[in-house]
Amino acid sequence: MAKRIDIEDLDIYYGDFKAVEGVNLAIEPKSVTAFIGPSGCGKSTVLRSINRLHEVIPGAYTEGKVLLEGDDIYAPDVDPVNIRGLIGMVFQRPNPFPTMSIYDNVVAGLKLDRSKAKGKSLDDVVEKSLRGANLWEEVKDRLAKPGAGLSGGQQQRLCIARAIAVEPQVLLMDEPASALDPISTLAIEDLVHELKRNYTIVIVTHNMQQAARVSDTTAFFNLAGIGQPGKLVESGPTETIFTSPKERATEDYISGRFG
Amino acid sequence: MGDRVFTNLTRLAGIFVLVLMAAIGAFLVWKAIPAFRDNTGNFFTTQEWFPDASPPFFGIAALAFGTAISSVVAMVIAVPVAIGTALFIGFYASRRIATSLGFIIDVLAAVPSIIYGLWGLQVLMLHMDGITKWLNDYLGFIPLFRNEIGIYTKSIFIASVVLAIMILPTISALSREVFLQVPRSHREASLALGATRWEMIRMAVIPFGRPGVISATMLGLGRALGETIAVALILSAAFEINWHITEPSGNTFAANIALKWNEAGPIGLSALIASGLILFIITLVVNMIARAIIAKHKEFSGANG
Ligand SMILES: Nc1ncnc2c1ncn2[C@@H]1O[C@H](COP(=O)(O)OP(=O)(O)OP(=O)(O)O)[C@@H](O)[C@H]1O
Ligand SMILES: [Mg+2]
Repeated sequence: MAKRIDIEDLDIYYGDFKAVEGVNLAIEPKSVTAFIGPSGCGKSTVLRSINRLHEVIPGAYTEGKVLLEGDDIYAPDVDPVNIRGLIGMVFQRPNPFPTMSIYDNVVAGLKLDRSKAKGKSLDDVVEKSLRGANLWEEVKDRLAKPGAGLSGGQQQRLCIARAIAVEPQVLLMDEPASALDPISTLAIEDLVHELKRNYTIVIVTHNMQQAARVSDTTAFFNLAGIGQPGKLVESGPTETIFTSPKERATEDYISGRFG
Repeated sequence: MGDRVFTNLTRLAGIFVLVLMAAIGAFLVWKAIPAFRDNTGNFFTTQEWFPDASPPFFGIAALAFGTAISSVVAMVIAVPVAIGTALFIGFYASRRIATSLGFIIDVLAAVPSIIYGLWGLQVLMLHMDGITKWLNDYLGFIPLFRNEIGIYTKSIFIASVVLAIMILPTISALSREVFLQVPRSHREASLALGATRWEMIRMAVIPFGRPGVISATMLGLGRALGETIAVALILSAAFEINWHITEPSGNTFAANIALKWNEAGPIGLSALIASGLILFIITLVVNMIARAIIAKHKEFSGANG
C-alpha cells in the first residue's frame, strides 16, 4: 500500500511570508526519507504540506505540486480531509487524546472513516497496530486505561499505533523522538526500521546519527538568511549525503560546523 | 519557604470561604426557625403563602416548582445555543466576525438583569404569542406546552426565555475561553487522522473542554436559579403548581422574596428567609453534583495535556 510522493517546484507561504521555495524531491515508496537542516529552514513546513496540515494555519498556502502516486493532492477537487486519511502523521510531542483510553486512541482514526474498519474486528486492529508499534506487550492488560497515563515513549508509540491503525500510504514523522529519552528513542528508531517494510516514511530529525541510522534518503534544507525562504539544498542516498555531499553547506552542517 | 507561605495563604483563603458558607447557612437557619415553628401548613407541600396570618399557613411547593422549571427550561434553551455560538466563534467564523461576535457576547454578559427583565416585559412578552400558540397547537399533547386559557402573557415560559437570553452570554463566553484552551496538538492530532472540522470538535475539543463547559453551565444555572428582578417583573406571582408553562402563572424563590419582603411581618420575614435557605441548599447541591460529574471524568481529563 506504500505510495511514492513527488514534490515539484513547491513554494509554501504563511500569508505574505514565503517560508519555503522551489522544493523538488522524489520520495520512494517503502523507504525512509530524512529531512535535516538548521532550525527554521522549513522542514516541518514541507512535511506538513505533504498532508496539507499546514493549511489549518490561517493564510497558509502553497504553489507547485505534491503528487501522491501521480495524483496532485492540491488539485482543486481534492478534499484535504481525504488526503489526511491516506497520509498519517506523528508529531514532535506525543499527543494521545487525553480523554480517551488506549484502545479508543488506537481506533480513533477508524471511527472517523467507517469504511476503513469494514470487515475487521476493532479488537484485531488494536492488537495489530499496537504490535506494529511495539507497544502491545506493555499495554495489553490495560487497554481501557487513559492513554495519557503512559510514559512519554509509550505515548509516542501509541501515537504511532494510532497513525498506522488506518493503514496509511505514507507516514510523516516530525522529530518523533526529540522529546524522548535515549532508550525510547532507540525503540522508535527500530520501529521506523520495521515500518519501512510497509510504509513510505518521511522523518524530520535534528539528530545526524539518527538520520544516518534510519534513513535511506536524506534531504538537506537550508536558509540563505534571516527572513529568506528555506530551500532544499540537496538530496540523495543517505550514504552519499553523509560521506561525499556535493554542496559545501551540507558538509558543514553534517560535520557540525554550523547549525 | 515562599512555597510554604503560599500554601498556608491559599489554605487560609479556602477555610475562610468554608467558614463564610457555614456562617450564611447558620444565619439562614437561625432566622428561619420562627417560621418553621409557627407554620400550620406543610412547609414543603403547601401551595399557599400566608405567613403573617394567624395562624401562619405557607409552603414552598409552588416556589420550588417555579424555580426549578423556569431554570430547567432556560437551560434547555440556552446551553445548546451558547455552546454552538462558542464553537462557531472558535472554529468556524472568520477572524473579523469572531472578534466582533465575541465582543458583543462579552458586553451582553455584563448587562444588568433588570435591563433583561424590562426588555422581556416591554418587548419580548408582546411578541411571544406566535410561538406559544404554535407550541400549544402542535405540541399541545405535551402538558408542558398546552394552554387551556388562551392567555399567553406573564408565563413561566416567557420568564424562562428571558433567563435563557440572560445566561446565554455568560455560558457562551466561558465556553469559548475553555475551547481556546484546547492545545493545538490535540486538534492537529485529530485533523491528521482525517477528521473534518466537526469531527475534530467532537474528538478533541468537546472532550477536553467538557469540565470547563460543565462549570460554565453551572454558573449559568446558578444565575438562573437566583435571578430575582427579571423574573419578578414578568411572572404573575401565583402560588400554584401549573405544568402549563405558557399560561400566566408561577413564582420563584428569589422573585417571591423580592416581592414580599417589604410588606412582610416578623413571621413573614422568617418564612422568606426559610425559602431562601432552601434556595441556598439547592444551589449548593447543584454545584456539588457538577463537581462530582467533573471529578468522575478526572482520570480521563486533559490535565497533563
Ligand atoms: N504558523 C506559522 N506562521 C507563520 N510562520 C511560520 C509558522 N510556522 C512556521 N513559520 C515560519 O516558517 C519557517 C519555517 O518553519 P518550520 O517550522 O518549517 O522550520 P523547521 O525547519 O521545522 O524548524 P525546527 O527545526 O525549529 O522545527 C520559519 O521561518 C518559521 O518562522
Ligand atoms: Mg520543525
